Amino acid sequence: MTSPLQQKLKIAGPVVVTANRLGDGVVVYRTADNGWSTQIGAAAIATTVPAATELLHAAIADDISAVGAYIAPVEVDAGRIQPGNMRERIRLQGPTFDLPAIFGI
Amino acid sequence: MPLVKNGKIIDDPYLRVLDDAPVPDDTAVIVPAERLLADAGDFALRAGRTGVLWPNARNVSDLVPHLERLSLVALIFPTFRDGRAYSQARILRERYNFRGELRATGDILRDQFLFLHRAGFNAFEVAKATDASAFVDVIRRFSVFYQPAADGQSIALRRRLDHTGSRSATNSMA
Amino acid sequence: MYLYDDFDRTLVDERIDEFRDQVARRLSGELTEEQFKPLRLMNGVYLQLHAYMLRIAIPYGTLSSEQMRMLAHIARRYDRNYGHFTTRQNLQFNWIKLEDLPDVMADLGRAGLHGMQTSGNCVRNITTDQWAGVAPDEIEDPRIWAEILRQHSTLHPEFSFLPRKFKIAITAASHDRAAVRVHDIGLRLHRNGAGETGFEVMVGGGLGRTPFIGKTIKAFLPKRDLLSYVEAILRVYNQYGRRDNIYKARIKILVHDLGAEAFAKEVDAEWQVIKDGALALDPAHAADITARFRYPEYERLDDNPEELRKARSSNRRFATWLDNSIANHKVSGYAIVTLSLKPEGGPPGDATAEQMESIAALAGRYSFGEIRVGHEQNLVLPHVAQRDLPTLWEKLETIGVATPNVGLVSDIIACPGLDYCSLANTRSIPIAQELTRRFRNLDVAHDLGRLHINISGCINACGHHHVGHIGILGVEKNGEEFFQITLGGRADEQAELGALLGPAVPYAEVADVIEDVVAAYVELRERPNELFIETVNRVGVEPFKERVYATR
Repeated sequence: MTSPLQQKLKIAGPVVVTANRLGDGVVVYRTADNGWSTQIGAAAIATTVPAATELLHAAIADDISAVGAYIAPVEVDAGRIQPGNMRERIRLQGPTFDLPAIFGI
Repeated sequence: MPLVKNGKIIDDPYLRVLDDAPVPDDTAVIVPAERLLADAGDFALRAGRTGVLWPNARNVSDLVPHLERLSLVALIFPTFRDGRAYSQARILRERYNFRGELRATGDILRDQFLFLHRAGFNAFEVAKATDASAFVDVIRRFSVFYQPAADGQSIALRRRLDHTGSRSATNSMA
Repeated sequence: MYLYDDFDRTLVDERIDEFRDQVARRLSGELTEEQFKPLRLMNGVYLQLHAYMLRIAIPYGTLSSEQMRMLAHIARRYDRNYGHFTTRQNLQFNWIKLEDLPDVMADLGRAGLHGMQTSGNCVRNITTDQWAGVAPDEIEDPRIWAEILRQHSTLHPEFSFLPRKFKIAITAASHDRAAVRVHDIGLRLHRNGAGETGFEVMVGGGLGRTPFIGKTIKAFLPKRDLLSYVEAILRVYNQYGRRDNIYKARIKILVHDLGAEAFAKEVDAEWQVIKDGALALDPAHAADITARFRYPEYERLDDNPEELRKARSSNRRFATWLDNSIANHKVSGYAIVTLSLKPEGGPPGDATAEQMESIAALAGRYSFGEIRVGHEQNLVLPHVAQRDLPTLWEKLETIGVATPNVGLVSDIIACPGLDYCSLANTRSIPIAQELTRRFRNLDVAHDLGRLHINISGCINACGHHHVGHIGILGVEKNGEEFFQITLGGRADEQAELGALLGPAVPYAEVADVIEDVVAAYVELRERPNELFIETVNRVGVEPFKERVYATR
């Protein structure tokens, strides 16, 4: 299997680096100060391949904080960061239907 | 890289000899499979012990004519996910009764020691010193085994019957 | 029920200790994710989109009330109050935390539950007929053999790093409810000419990217040889299965490339050497395992008692449920009751902690404390006295598991899809939910008769779309969700792969297309009781295609 570092990066627009927090699996985004945040709004944005690569490398090196870091597309509209595809929307907002607890008694 | 043999960390007495390097006569050596097969007669006459590094894609039955003169077979794990050498090890131990050193080389994880041990390996080239020193604890972690393998452990099915047998024996004496 | 003894319990406890140590080493940074991943996977722990996911093994789909209560406890204490029953008779929790997992495992272990053999390239949880031991059409209880295989394969030193995962299913009935022909190894217990029971061994079946129906490589295998023969298959596969390409690593590709006959020869050569060795099954061993399966002490009861007759004639909804969700039991006066986990608008296979608790209690009261999980993602109470059915029905109604749609169009199999799964290309649960709304009218559903819709959110086919009467497969096209529809698949003893209906359709149109397919069937069927699958077999896909695509 190719590691994310060996994959040739191609980006078409702004991207962020996202992963899941080690201890609880919660979705997190790499921030500009080399940390992680659960808020996509706090994510560091990269718009070039070198910047994205650098962000990703630093994130992967931080293997003890978050797991499975990769580059995900985002849309930036008037400074507001939104997930760039369905998968990332679901990761941020949860399943697209009500969770089954409402079917209980 | 630490070598664990029979549960202890030891210095490796074997010298790895590459494809065309000269083989010292009185030193224990590990040679590549091709070389052993090509010069089997020469190796038989050596004073030192001979071991072979056997690829995991090659049938171990090809080793049978040489086994008696080999003191070591090293089997390879190119990655820890590639489990072919587990089968090779069991076949060498259980079918061909190889009693020499069976060495695991390559990418092996501490959490695989028990599987390797049960498959018949008794020597392990371990990457991390902490893993090597944990060896004995790791392979003692389990006391129940469900299936027969090369380690001769009594399996749960058999122990249950023995257990039931001894219990009914006790009952009959009462 | 199979009763764990000290050996089984000790092994689970030792595994829990080992896992606690592994998690601690990961959290401290001693293990990298790359090193830890195979270890967590071997305990059923995946990382999905939102969180870790824990898959718990339910060997041969049998659960005790106590185990079901434990699952409810885990759902409440460590997850979001529900769990998901899968097509492999397992249960998944979707929101579990790694740091809680050692405690979760310890709690599960107290009820004899664990996540071993539910992931990784090993022999997975052995599945079988959810009616095993109670079905009138079976020749013996296949769970005995599933248990013997479970023990043999658990933490197997030689076969924990196979080229790819390995799934075994067993059936002992004339009607195959375990889909054995789409497994790496399928086993069918049957009698030979001499009246002995043994196994037909099928190999190389499977779904996924390259679906195959399994090929029979041994028509009759004596029971004593089951373990040695399976070991021979695994050994051949371990040595010769492809490891260079994950999509070509399953045994089906090896069997296909070598040809079933040549593969069988390899297996036979290996088997001849080991068949009389340590794996030859001592009848005492089989008897010991058999003895630890406990069966209920059934009362002597008559079929169709007065309480049942009365309730049936006075309550139409009850009668509908009875006709749909109840199957004949091999003991007179008893019934097999299927609990539908497919309510209108519900995610297929999900159950809340409250439902699990209630089902555990109802099983304790009405089914000798035993519950089954079927690969269609429904639950079963396997030993219900027929006289109790009216009372039981009322209680099942109140917890929402008495929808009389078992085997009908709204009894949909679906994988978790993109709403949870990191491998998925598209969602599948919302498609299933929409279809259950479209087909909410039970009179219509009953008129349509047996009709299986299976949905997978990617080519890995966890939703078994290839073998659905209607199969729906999600594919991504330029970032949009599209769905391929297949017709005519089936997973039973006449297993077939579905044929493609036509071009993939977008997410928003899937339910319309399925409605059109069903409407076409109603027009095309020869007689009211010609089943959907029979109509497709008779007329092929073309007439459906014309109808569906004519207006698109």
